Amino acid sequence: MKITTSRTPIKEVVKDASMLKQKEMMAAHYDRLANAKENGEKVASTFVPGNLNELIMCFDLVNNLPEVNAIQSGLRRKSGSYVMEAEKAGHSEDVCTYVKSDIGMMAKGNIGPNGKKLPDPDVLLLSYTGCFTFMKWFELLREQYQCETIFLQTPYMADGKVTPNMIQYMVKQLKEDVIPKLERVSGVKFDIDRLREYLRKSARAEDDLVYILQSAKNKPSPIDAYFGGIYYVGPIFGAFRGTDDAIDFYRFLREEVDQRIAAGLGPVTPDGPMADEKYRLVVEGPPNYTNFRQFWKMFYEEGAVVVASSYSKVGGTYDFGFRHDPDRPLETLAEYCLGVYTNRSLPMRVDMLTNYMNEYEADGLLINSIKSCNSFSAGQLLIMREVEKRTGKPAAFIETDLVDPRYFSAANVKNRLESYFQMVEQKRSGSGKGVAA
Amino acid sequence: MKTFVGIDLGSTTTKAVLLDEDEKVLGRGITNSRSNYDTACRVAGQEAAIDARFTLFRREFGAGQGTDEQVEAFLGALERAFRLEQFLEQLGDLEETCLEQVTGERFAKVGDGVKQALAEVFRRLREEAPGMFAPDATRKSDFFRDIAGSRYLAVAEEVAREAGLAYDLLLNVYDKSIIGVENRPPSGGLSEKFKQALERVAKEGAGLAGELLEPVERTLGIELEETYLVGTGYGRVTLPFSKEHIRSEILCHGLGAHMMYPKTRTVLDIGGQDTKGIQVDASGIVENFQMNDRCAAGCGRYLGYIADEMNMGLHELGPLAMKSGKPARINSTCTVFAGAELRDRLALGEKREDILAGLHRAIILRAMSIISRSGGIDDQFTFTGGVAKNEAAVRELKKLVLENYGEVTINIDPDSIYTGALGGAEFARRAAEGRVEGVVA
Repeated sequence: MKITTSRTPIKEVVKDASMLKQKEMMAAHYDRLANAKENGEKVASTFVPGNLNELIMCFDLVNNLPEVNAIQSGLRRKSGSYVMEAEKAGHSEDVCTYVKSDIGMMAKGNIGPNGKKLPDPDVLLLSYTGCFTFMKWFELLREQYQCETIFLQTPYMADGKVTPNMIQYMVKQLKEDVIPKLERVSGVKFDIDRLREYLRKSARAEDDLVYILQSAKNKPSPIDAYFGGIYYVGPIFGAFRGTDDAIDFYRFLREEVDQRIAAGLGPVTPDGPMADEKYRLVVEGPPNYTNFRQFWKMFYEEGAVVVASSYSKVGGTYDFGFRHDPDRPLETLAEYCLGVYTNRSLPMRVDMLTNYMNEYEADGLLINSIKSCNSFSAGQLLIMREVEKRTGKPAAFIETDLVDPRYFSAANVKNRLESYFQMVEQKRSGSGKGVAA
Repeated sequence: MKTFVGIDLGSTTTKAVLLDEDEKVLGRGITNSRSNYDTACRVAGQEAAIDARFTLFRREFGAGQGTDEQVEAFLGALERAFRLEQFLEQLGDLEETCLEQVTGERFAKVGDGVKQALAEVFRRLREEAPGMFAPDATRKSDFFRDIAGSRYLAVAEEVAREAGLAYDLLLNVYDKSIIGVENRPPSGGLSEKFKQALERVAKEGAGLAGELLEPVERTLGIELEETYLVGTGYGRVTLPFSKEHIRSEILCHGLGAHMMYPKTRTVLDIGGQDTKGIQVDASGIVENFQMNDRCAAGCGRYLGYIADEMNMGLHELGPLAMKSGKPARINSTCTVFAGAELRDRLALGEKREDILAGLHRAIILRAMSIISRSGGIDDQFTFTGGVAKNEAAVRELKKLVLENYGEVTINIDPDSIYTGALGGAEFARRAAEGRVEGVVA
């Protein structure tokens, strides 16, 4: 199933078929966005956590995700200049670099990853799910585009559970504010049966996604649930949830994973199939995108595979049973928003990571702390200690940034990671041996 | 005999430790890392081997050969004589190299004059050398470059003036030569130099030279076999070590601190470019660690920079800061800002010692933050790295530890700079035993 492409002249990058398929899907979506105005389509900008794609599709709106644009800019090594552009415009060095990449990209003509201009949004739909920065980000975009802004407030899961009140509160907002405004902007009347149909499709793809992510419980794990995981969650966290394309993609991916399990193979890395699995890790926090491949390489070269990550839950947490439910269409959207990782309290995050450590039989927890991300970074040291205490497994902390290349110090990160892997190894081989002094 | 070598290739200095089969330290060696880790590694290893010889002499003399004081006096004399021999050898190398530089157009007319001047400079340097290694002499540094460099510059200036020659010419020749000389470890055999040193000591008539000659020669006959080597520190990846021969500095510092103080649970290491907070268990196995990321603020290099700014030697900072009764309050640990802060405060009329005390406190504050991130301080607490030699830094550390963690035993070994290399050597010893830790076998 492995197809080798030669994107860079220096070295061939190995991608498996699903990755290529995913890339095609993303490219098609960017083309659709670029041509939206020509094709008479209206555009809704929204965020990955709390992305209400099914609802957006009910109004024939095209989903545009500014964070994903920033990620694309990071992967394409454009974000550095965008960030500087935003700083020139007065944004502080400490502001989220997704925001600055986006603002800088707009200032430089808003050219998307396919080289074509991204459309101005017709509506900004903010489902607020725990990241305060998103609110400020959309205030900036509203200033820029002077378009309709919709704010759906998701109550924070401070007590660790969803109450009927929370759901009622959100459904009320959907009915009285979000849906009427979307109708007005789009000119399309809301049809709840259409929503149900999309939700049904979402659930099917979600089943396969969960299967894929949980395949990492195998030894060796057939997937990398962080670096590879980012490819896997792309479609369902973006504009594809609720579509047939997503169903097809996740079915295809599931088959690919099944083949790897059957063959006893590990994940496919840019340098080909991973050799021996030496360390199984749980990772907390977003990755770095400016040096994504280099960062990944520091793991697979040492035989480290990520078996579970919190980041692959930012656009929805499905592995504890939640599925979009066509029978409770508005309630299910509320529950979805409530459950995304960024909306979970610190104790919930600790529980979740501890659960991953145990369920996936991980050797340790690694935290990648993002310089400019307050939403993720707050409490990470506490999370680390608590998970360490509960599991008795070693944890480590490294620091990088999302899309600001200035904050990725490869030598330092590599040094920390190597130290950490050796520490895991030392604990494994040294504990209980009563090392003499 | 079997020996196990640990080498810590730091950003500022490279350290080597030689262990014997009983996990006892045979020798320690240190050199400046230069930009050449390969050489630094060889020189540090050789220094450790020299030091190991002295350990073996001590062991050999044991009982029956005079009092301890007499033995120590003899060994002291032997070491000084040995260092002198080593120095003279490198000086010879420097002279030869300098002479080779006297070619080309620039020297077309003055070549002979420069050569004569060089001969005179080196004659004087050789003449004054024994004084530099006299029993009560103090040297600012043990590195050839530092000792020879400062004397060359002073003597060359005199000679140039006397000869009516441009000082620049002699300076230029030296600048072109010193790096090459420094990167060539002393070439002659160690035994040869020991023998020359012995002769020198015998000539000077130091007490026991006669009786000890024979055991010294016998000891020199013991071969130090390099059974296994483990490298650590920043330069480790640039060395031709295979993976089994590399351990991270975190593991090495953790284990090294444990070996020095077996009750250690928390280690703070402040090195040239990083600060590490390490938690270890009862066996010296690392439980957690934190290092400064993204920024080297508050590391040893900060003090180096301050020393340059103040035109002082690095080792002079601590003693001056100790004189402060009222440390300045300095918040920035940014190395670059520190210079500005320093000049600003000097301009405001603050005392140098107060500013320095404040700067030391700032470094330790930053270290405290890193330790707390790694899990705080548990009894016992071991402080290592080059900065642990700085009394002002230690004073601030003790204060802050007491304020934040109460009464804690704080261990500082005079050889703490060798902690990483010591851990490395122990990893080497264990690896030779077939115990491979920290590496997937």
